[in-house]
Amino acid sequence: MKRAGVALLALGLALAAFQAEAKTFRYAYRIDPASLDPHALAETFTLSWLGQIYEPLVGRGKDLELVSALAEKWEQPNPTTWRFHLRANVKFAGGEPFTADDVIFSVKRIKAEGSDMAYTVASVTEVKKIDDLTVDFIMAEPNPILPMQTTSTYIVSKAWSEKNNAAMPASIKNKQENFATSNANGTGPFMIKERQVGVKTVLVPNPAWWGVKEHNLTEVVFTPIQSDATRVAALLSGEVDMVYPVPQQDAARVNSTGKHQLLTGFELRTIFVNMDQARDELLESSVKGKNPFKDKRVRQALYQAIDMEAIKSRIMGGTSHIAGTMVAPGINGFDAKLDMRLPFDPEASKKLLAEAGYPSGFEIGMDCPNDRYVNDEKICQAIVGMLARIGIKVNLLAQTRTRYFEKILSRNTTLSILGWQPLSYDAHSTLQDVINTPKDKIGTYNVGSFSNKRIDELTDLIEKEVDPAKRQALITEALTIHKSEIGHIPLHQAGLAWGVRKGVSVHLRNDDSLELKWVKVDD
Amino acid sequence: MGSFFVQRLAQTIVVVLAAALVSFALFRYVGDPVNNMVGQAASMADREAMRRALGLDDPVILQFLRFLRGALSGDLGVSYRFGVPVGGLLMERFPATLELSVCAMLVATVLGIPLGVWTALHRRSVSSHVLMILSLIGVALPTFLIGIVLILVFSVWLGWLPSFGRGTVVSFGSWTTGLLTAGGLKALVLPSLTLGLFQMTLILRLVRAEMLEVLRADYVKFARARGLTNRAVNYRHALKNTLVPVVTIIGLQFGNVFAFSIVVETVFQWPGLGLLVIQSIQFADVPLLAAYLVMISLGFAALNLGVDLLYAAIDPRVRAGMMSKARV
Repeated sequence: MKRAGVALLALGLALAAFQAEAKTFRYAYRIDPASLDPHALAETFTLSWLGQIYEPLVGRGKDLELVSALAEKWEQPNPTTWRFHLRANVKFAGGEPFTADDVIFSVKRIKAEGSDMAYTVASVTEVKKIDDLTVDFIMAEPNPILPMQTTSTYIVSKAWSEKNNAAMPASIKNKQENFATSNANGTGPFMIKERQVGVKTVLVPNPAWWGVKEHNLTEVVFTPIQSDATRVAALLSGEVDMVYPVPQQDAARVNSTGKHQLLTGFELRTIFVNMDQARDELLESSVKGKNPFKDKRVRQALYQAIDMEAIKSRIMGGTSHIAGTMVAPGINGFDAKLDMRLPFDPEASKKLLAEAGYPSGFEIGMDCPNDRYVNDEKICQAIVGMLARIGIKVNLLAQTRTRYFEKILSRNTTLSILGWQPLSYDAHSTLQDVINTPKDKIGTYNVGSFSNKRIDELTDLIEKEVDPAKRQALITEALTIHKSEIGHIPLHQAGLAWGVRKGVSVHLRNDDSLELKWVKVDD
Repeated sequence: MGSFFVQRLAQTIVVVLAAALVSFALFRYVGDPVNNMVGQAASMADREAMRRALGLDDPVILQFLRFLRGALSGDLGVSYRFGVPVGGLLMERFPATLELSVCAMLVATVLGIPLGVWTALHRRSVSSHVLMILSLIGVALPTFLIGIVLILVFSVWLGWLPSFGRGTVVSFGSWTTGLLTAGGLKALVLPSLTLGLFQMTLILRLVRAEMLEVLRADYVKFARARGLTNRAVNYRHALKNTLVPVVTIIGLQFGNVFAFSIVVETVFQWPGLGLLVIQSIQFADVPLLAAYLVMISLGFAALNLGVDLLYAAIDPRVRAGMMSKARV
């Protein structure tokens, strides 16, 4: 017993000595990353978190600008080729040297069955090794935004993956565990020391990292804390140094302690309303034999009946950015001139409805998630109330996201809200996935089946236009048509809020990604 | 006795199978897991292919039989969310929930029984009235609110106890425990109290009511008339006779505490089965939910069996009934 006591004391002293120079950063997010395999799931948080361990060829800087990562330089020798000059003397955490072979292997792995990241290199038909530190990405058609599309396309080690039987991406379809699901070996600034799925992950700096160290951390402890109240309590009680997201109702509390501060920004995800414009008769409606949403006047009536200022102040606590267009500020292709809403005017709405032949309004169903976007259900409820004032009776069905997405993605819906954040941070994704006429792989999330031939054509041109100014003009043209046609009703971008203990500095980037390489703990 | 046991065992198996089948029929209502398993870039065709590969478009009964066949050969499937075998995940989380439930039930019984006896024996005292009123709070307030208030007071204001997690745990092979470290014990306090509070008030009220009933019984009056000491009457005769329903309740409530620690585990981010399950429901992680539900129904059935056998130990009349039934 006594001996145990002495041992404990010694251990305690050793720990104390260690702690004197250790800088531990403890932080909490809502969920745990889904997998450690960087090609398994294209989910924003998982990719952002894995970006601490794995690196792409071209990364993102503090303002989301493109910066060099594993590639030092990149250029387009001709419109269908992107050449990447790789960084020399880079090693994976496991000691394997990084070369062109790893890039070729990674692209092959990303394109393999079971990978969820294939869309980032969909345009690439071949990756050619020029020498050990130069690779060419060959495309069938010009693709001006490949570097932008691949900022979450992480490079894995060929030798490590093959040795550990993880040459294929982890996929649930294979119904078995993949080594890369629970183990990681990247070139990034941090590496995993210990991981308990869903409980805790301990990261330590990767001593072999090539970059210039801006952080001063010796250890990072990440914990997922699902309950909003508990997450905030953990920050206020000093158990963690940083939490995100901070729910809006706790924002004032975090700011008022004197020991913490709130960092805020706007999401890159735009929330908007879908209206079924394809069916000849709506599914859940009192109008029979025709579809009122095919009439632009009806769409405009809905638009002008929604009071976004009220939603911003009453529901979003003043933290949201009201949207006039389908892409957020910060997304490549955003045009501030388009970011103005039509005026809120219920009288005009009533007039428009009367002109369209619905003087006493009609009845429709609406779908809404209740656990996907910030205040999603409350926003829908507010819209229901606002539409009631112009005579449109809405029957709201708010449900959990698994049920919700099942319903709306099968197009079994009349009116719904949805959010879209282009993973490439480029407007082309919004146009292609949300606005283009649904066909094969195009328009998957265009659940109202809005269709405009000119926008479809423009989207194809945007995909291939190499000149940035011309490309911007094309994007603006497409978004202008969409705006005047009222294909969807843009609502807002929700606010971002991170709670940080004073004495800790982090950089809030508008894609809600915490980059550990910029974290400093002062005391 | 032997055939009684066999009979109960057979019943147990039927119950577990029925529970599994019912849960499979219900999985359709948790929604479509596929949309969570692929990123937003996946096309409708990709999603359909995934659905087919997982057999999600097969009829329920086929999915159930497939699960059963796997389970019998020891393969519970791979979690949709985590991509690792379900059996391993459940085993990893099991110690945390067991430890929490046992501590909560310990808190509930160690406090509940003496307090119940006290309030029954000192029915008119001020302390009993205060206890009874306080116990109403335990019954009336929802668990998550109690948890959050405890976090606010003991973690945020006083800074004595952690607000989330298990603290430091020690592992023995696949088993982990927080009982051996100061950090682990501290982390147990708030969740156990929160989880045990309702059970404590339940036990307190039950013991009190039963005691009052028994104290009025003829044999107690007779024992007093014989001149036995208060101590012997109250504890040897009265308390012992109140314990049969109390043991039933403790047994059944233990199952409840274990299975429904979901709320407490969510509030305290306790890395046990409850937290895993709530996340799985949100994700529609069917293999995990199926394995969990079967495990829980197995556990409930086993507990009931155990409680039945305990009756026999406490109450000789039950034992006699069982023996005669077994002989028939």
